[in-house]
Amino acid sequence: MAGVSTIEAQAGLRKRLLARRRNLGDGAAYVLTLLFATLILILTALVLYELFAASHLSRARFGFSFVFSRSWNPVTGQFGALPFIYGTVVTSLVALVIGAPLGLGCAIFLSELAPRKISDALTFVVELLAAVPSVIYGLLALFALVPLLRNPVEPWLRKCFGFLPLFQGPAQGVGLLAAGVVLAIMVVPFITSVSRESLLAVPREQREAALALGATRWEATWSVVLPYARSGIGGAIFLALARALAETMAVTMVIGNDPQIHTSLFAPGYSIAAVIANEFTEAVTNLHLSALIELGLVLFVITVVINGFGQLLMLATGPGRGRS
Amino acid sequence: MKIWIAGASVSLLLFLALDRGAEGLWARGSSGDPLFITAAGATFPYPIYSKWFDEYHKLHPDIQINYQAIGSGAGIRQLQEGTVDFGASDMPMTDEMLAQTKIKVLHFPTVLGADVPTYNIPGVTAQLRFTPTALAKLFLGEIQKWNDPELVRANPGVRLPAEDVVIVHRSDASGTTFIWTDYLSKVSPEWKSKVGAGTSVAWPTGLGGKGNQGVSGLVQQTPYSLGYVELIYALQNKLSYGIVQNSAGNFIKPDLSSVTAAAAGVRMPADFRVSITNPPGAHAYPISSFTYLLIPETISNPAKRDAIKAFLRWMLTKGQTMVESLDYAPLPAQLVTQEEAQIAKIH
Amino acid sequence: MKTARVRKLTGMVMFGLTSLCTLITVSSLFFILGYLLWHGLASINWAFFTQVPKPPGEVGGGMANAIVGSIELILLATLMGVPVGFLAGVYLSEFGGERFSFVIRFTTDLLNGVPSIVVGILAWALVVVPLGHFSLFAGAVALSVIFIPIAVRTTEQFLQDVPQSLREASLALGAPKWKTIASVVVPAALGPLGTGMLLAVARIAGETAPLLFTSFSNSFWNLSPSRPAASLPVTIFEYAISPYADWHRQAWAAGLVLLALVLLLNVSARILMSTRYGYRG
Repeated sequence: MAGVSTIEAQAGLRKRLLARRRNLGDGAAYVLTLLFATLILILTALVLYELFAASHLSRARFGFSFVFSRSWNPVTGQFGALPFIYGTVVTSLVALVIGAPLGLGCAIFLSELAPRKISDALTFVVELLAAVPSVIYGLLALFALVPLLRNPVEPWLRKCFGFLPLFQGPAQGVGLLAAGVVLAIMVVPFITSVSRESLLAVPREQREAALALGATRWEATWSVVLPYARSGIGGAIFLALARALAETMAVTMVIGNDPQIHTSLFAPGYSIAAVIANEFTEAVTNLHLSALIELGLVLFVITVVINGFGQLLMLATGPGRGRS
Repeated sequence: MKIWIAGASVSLLLFLALDRGAEGLWARGSSGDPLFITAAGATFPYPIYSKWFDEYHKLHPDIQINYQAIGSGAGIRQLQEGTVDFGASDMPMTDEMLAQTKIKVLHFPTVLGADVPTYNIPGVTAQLRFTPTALAKLFLGEIQKWNDPELVRANPGVRLPAEDVVIVHRSDASGTTFIWTDYLSKVSPEWKSKVGAGTSVAWPTGLGGKGNQGVSGLVQQTPYSLGYVELIYALQNKLSYGIVQNSAGNFIKPDLSSVTAAAAGVRMPADFRVSITNPPGAHAYPISSFTYLLIPETISNPAKRDAIKAFLRWMLTKGQTMVESLDYAPLPAQLVTQEEAQIAKIH
Repeated sequence: MKTARVRKLTGMVMFGLTSLCTLITVSSLFFILGYLLWHGLASINWAFFTQVPKPPGEVGGGMANAIVGSIELILLATLMGVPVGFLAGVYLSEFGGERFSFVIRFTTDLLNGVPSIVVGILAWALVVVPLGHFSLFAGAVALSVIFIPIAVRTTEQFLQDVPQSLREASLALGAPKWKTIASVVVPAALGPLGTGMLLAVARIAGETAPLLFTSFSNSFWNLSPSRPAASLPVTIFEYAISPYADWHRQAWAAGLVLLALVLLLNVSARILMSTRYGYRG
């Protein structure tokens, strides 16, 4: 009797020891991973904190009118964000106007109309395009795109559409249009790959139902697949917009660096990211530096909002959400 | 996980070893510990500064002076922040800037240079003449075409095209801009009231290029453009540049003698902070300037202090013999003596 | 009611249009590669890889210090970013509670969307200002902040892809949770995890903006993380906007090297992807 109970007692003890070791190991792993996950929260909080703290001087001086003020004068100490918001928004819009149709057309071809093997290979190439660094796009834009725009593209645009204030004025090559075009080339791969995924996510039954009803390949795509993937494609465009807004190097090299608002696309402009990149190391007064950081805060807020919108739209795609 | 920790520690050790070893290697077996000095500032004298620091490093392989040409404004800022050991600027620091700086700063003029109007007009190879009012109006945006009567009048015999002038200015805070706008403020009351002088101004018109390099690059690539750069940038890149009418009414070419004449006509104050734009003198080039090294009066690291003082002495003697080949004018002799005396103030 | 012919024609036209879009998009990669090869290949020589830059206006010199600087920046940033990204991803995939995980994911996506120039401002405030000087380390910190969100999301995604049955089998055999993760789940996803890290490396290899006021630049050799350092993207930028023809030539060569590096990393990532557990292609 005694021997059996000792064995049982020993077994029970061993089990408890093992359990404690296991719990210790699990507990340690839990804490460790939790710590690093929290680090991300801390980093993001730091970004916000630094942006707020370092822009204090400028926010106190100008208040909300900073966003609407047109002057950027380091000599007199007057700073306003409007010219940069204008440049950022205009170049990004040009990028979307050119890039969204191009990217969407490409996505439709790759997901609906092309044979599978070709589609996979070409998608790979498109994804490689998305990986090309911004400074290389800038290099090419400066030496290949700008001369092309200066002659013959911009003069031709002026000849055909010169009645619009958008296409008036001297053709210098560098300017808002150049920045917009290079941004367009940069967002196309992104729009293509995300839209393609949204299109592929549309259930086969939808296409097959349309085809069974006698639609051609294109009609099935246009009237069934596209509406179904509508929010995914919208999300792709918003996310691409957020990227274009934040682009720095390629834009800095070709936008012309002029902190003024001109109506013509041929004219030079300035974007938020470009002015921060150019003037950050040399802001001689604390107010100037603070104004630059406040610009960074403005850009951060804009991209967060647009990104958030884009993510929401992407989440909205799914079974039962699109039009059937 | 264990592999990771092991791998990370090994790489860290390897890295540290390489770092120590590399410094020994690159210092080329000299006796002293390698000394790294960081400086930043003006692009105006960048060609001569980088040549100087390169030559000095060859003479003293254990001393590396890393100079980044990011603009006078940035040089002043980084000096104020303490992120560099010394700065460089074409514009002497104003009383207000000095008041905002926590440390005391000594100005050491290094060379004399000239801001020149540089242009790119296809088909026009002649050296254009610019009057002071023409320059002011061009940069104010009031003269918009190359064949404007004012330009035609000053350049008889040159066929100027009926094209729009593309103005190119600096996008960064620049001493070169200060020299240019300082001159324009002196010759044009309209410029003075509308725009003023400074390293960074609200330009009425034009494209912005980063650094003297950026402006030269833009002018080089943009037909019918007009910008302003330090003389050596126009020469090195074979850009056309114009001659400017001075206060005596003569059109003067920017070169060694005319720039030296500009400095001769002006009284030098004790702290060397002076502007020599639009000076008196029949043969003076009107848009000339000294450029300065901004040295802290107190340098706590003794090795750096000695190295910087030694470099300054070298700059004032051997260094001055190298400037003419790069089209800068050397300092006048009595200025050199005065600066050598100022070196003693660094402690 | 449209005739059958019109409908067929429409389909063919749209096929043509969309394939044109694809042609334009796809050919731009080859155009970029071709242009860089045309202008840069001739300048890739031994001097390019072994010499430091000469003063402006003097012909010759190379980008050795920028290449080494970039490699060191990438290594340091990866060293700092991989543990954080990996462990946070493990948390989200294996341990996370419902609500807290949502918060972490949301914040990670937020961090991912921060413009790189703003990340530069953060690293400047955190490292450059307290230390009092520019440094390679500050640049590496900035790059790691860009690295981490990518690493976190890819780690989480690929760990979740590992079938639950593997975990259950391991637990049923008596292994504790942490051992399950370390010895079963992670090894099963090792290929895709490597893919995620490689993609993150490819992303930071080309980043320029955050380096402009953190690691700054340096005309000399520098291996020490406590001093400013030259890097490939920053040097390309400086050279491209200058007027010197020799610098332009070198900028093309450097662009070619950088692009080759980034493309290589992406292709390697794709190859690693195909070693996914029980998954073909």
